[in-house]
Amino acid sequence: MEKIAIVGVGQTTYERSKIETFDELVFEAATKALKDAGGEIGDIDNIITVSNDFWDGRTISSMAIQDAAGSWGKDISTVEGDGTFGALYGMMRILSGSFNTTLVVSHMKGSESIMNLITNAMFDPIYQRSLGIDATSSAALQARMYMEMSGAKEEDLALVSVKNHKNAKNNPFAQLPMDITVDDVMKSKRLADPLKVLDCSPISDGAAAVVLANEKGLKRFKKDPVWINGVGHTSDSYTLGYRDLAKPRALKDASQKAFKMAGIKDPLKELDVCELYDAYSYMELMWYEGIGLAKEGKGAELIKSGETGIDGSLPVNPSGGVISAHPVLVAGLARLIEATLQVRGEADKRQIKGAKTALAQGINGPCGQAHCVFVVGT
Amino acid sequence: MADWKESVENIVYSGRIKVPYKWYVGEVGSRFLTGLRDNKEFWGTKCPKCSKVYVPPVKNCGECFALTNEWVKVKDTGTLESFTVVDYSHAMQPVKAPIIYGLVKLDGASGSILHMIGNVKREDLKVGMKVKAVFADKREGTILDIKHFAPA
Repeated sequence: MEKIAIVGVGQTTYERSKIETFDELVFEAATKALKDAGGEIGDIDNIITVSNDFWDGRTISSMAIQDAAGSWGKDISTVEGDGTFGALYGMMRILSGSFNTTLVVSHMKGSESIMNLITNAMFDPIYQRSLGIDATSSAALQARMYMEMSGAKEEDLALVSVKNHKNAKNNPFAQLPMDITVDDVMKSKRLADPLKVLDCSPISDGAAAVVLANEKGLKRFKKDPVWINGVGHTSDSYTLGYRDLAKPRALKDASQKAFKMAGIKDPLKELDVCELYDAYSYMELMWYEGIGLAKEGKGAELIKSGETGIDGSLPVNPSGGVISAHPVLVAGLARLIEATLQVRGEADKRQIKGAKTALAQGINGPCGQAHCVFVVGT
Repeated sequence: MADWKESVENIVYSGRIKVPYKWYVGEVGSRFLTGLRDNKEFWGTKCPKCSKVYVPPVKNCGECFALTNEWVKVKDTGTLESFTVVDYSHAMQPVKAPIIYGLVKLDGASGSILHMIGNVKREDLKVGMKVKAVFADKREGTILDIKHFAPA
C-alpha cells in the first residue's frame, strides 16, 4: 500500500466558553496546520471537515465552515464522528488515487449547548432516549460493568484522573491541568454513581487540523513526514445491552489490525507513547485491555505498576488526555496530533524522550461503540 | 481569550431549536410495544443462526446479519447487570433526580434492556439482584409503559 504521512498539525487551546466562532476556530487550526507543514492552502487537493449538526445547532453543519476551512474551489467531504475517523477518511481519499494531499479539520463548541441534552439525542428515540440516558449516565453503567468484571475499585479508576490531570500541567493546550489526589476524586460530587465529577472529562471548545500527504504530495511541503504505519477501525453494536460493555472487542480488533499493518507484535514493548480517549477515568483502564497493554481485567494493575506514568516504560496520555480537555469530535484528532508531536520530538515539556513509535485512539458512539487506532512513527 | 473583547462588547445570541418529529416504530417495534401495552408481555426476536433472543426485538441480528424471523416470549423478571444512580436533573429525564438506571437481563433474553429501577434504596442496589417489571397504569405503546423494574 502507498505510504501516507502526517506533515502538518495544528490545534487551538481547549477551553470552556471560548468566545471565538466555529469559523474562527476552524481557520485558526487549519492555518496552524498549514504553517506547521510549511505549505499553504494551494498545496491542498481536498478537504475533510468533521462536525455534528446537533452540537452546532444547524443542519448540514459541515457546509457552514467551508470558507474557514479553505475549501473554495476544492473537493470537500465530511465526517460526522470523531476526528480520527476524519483522518482515516482523509487518508483513504489519498489512497483512492484522486488526491495527493488532504487537510482534515474538526471543530467543537460544547459550551454553546447543553451536553446532557445533546448526548441524550445519540440514543434510539423509541427504546432508550425517552428514559433520559446520556453520555455520563451510560458511561456510569459501563464503569460498573467494568468494575464487576475486573474487580477494579473506584480508587483504581481515580488513578487515571490523578495521573492525567497532572500530565496536563505540561500541555499548554489542555483545559484542566491539576494536582489532585485519589481522595480528591473520591470526595468530588457524585454525578452518576460510580462516576464523580473528577472521573469525568470537562465540556470543551476548540478545533484541530492535520495535513496528510502521499510521497508525491510531500514534495510541496517543508516539514519532515511522520508516517502512518498502521491504522485500524472497528465498530460494535449501537444498542446498550446488546454488547458486553466491559470488554471492548471493537478496540481489540481495531488495534490488532493497526498492529499487523505496523508490524507490532508486543505493543507494551514496542510502543513508546500512547494517547488514549479517556473521556471518563475508567475508560483508560478498559482501553489498556482492548489494545493489549494489559490482560483482560488487569488494567488497574498496569496503572498501579507505574508503567503508564510519565516516567514509566510506556507513558499513556502525557498530554493530559481527554479527561483534561474534551472537545468532542476534536479530541481523537488531538490524540493523533499529540502522537505526531511526540515522534517528531516536538512535544516540548510533555515530550517522552526518544519516542519513535506512538499510538493514538479515537472513539465514536455510546460507550466507545467504534474505535479508530493509529500507529505513527518517523 | 481574544483581545477584541477589551474594546468591543461580546454579543451572545441565544436561540432554541424545537422541531416536532414522528418516528415509525416498524414491524418488530410495533409488535413489542403493543405486547407491553395490551398484555404486559415482553416479546423478543430470535436469530436463526446464533439463537440470541433480542429484547427489545431487532429485525436482523447485528452479529450474524441474518433476519430474526422467530418471535419468543420472555419473562418480565430478570437480573440486574449494571446500575447507576444519577444525581443531576435535566429536561430530558422522565422523572426527577435521583434517578436509577439499570441494564436488566430478562429471563429468556440474551442481551439486556435499559430502563429505570424503582422501589429500592440506593444502598440496597446490587449487581445480580433479581428484578421484575412494574407496568404503568396508563399504557400508550411506548417504552415508558414499563414504569420501572423493582426488586423481585
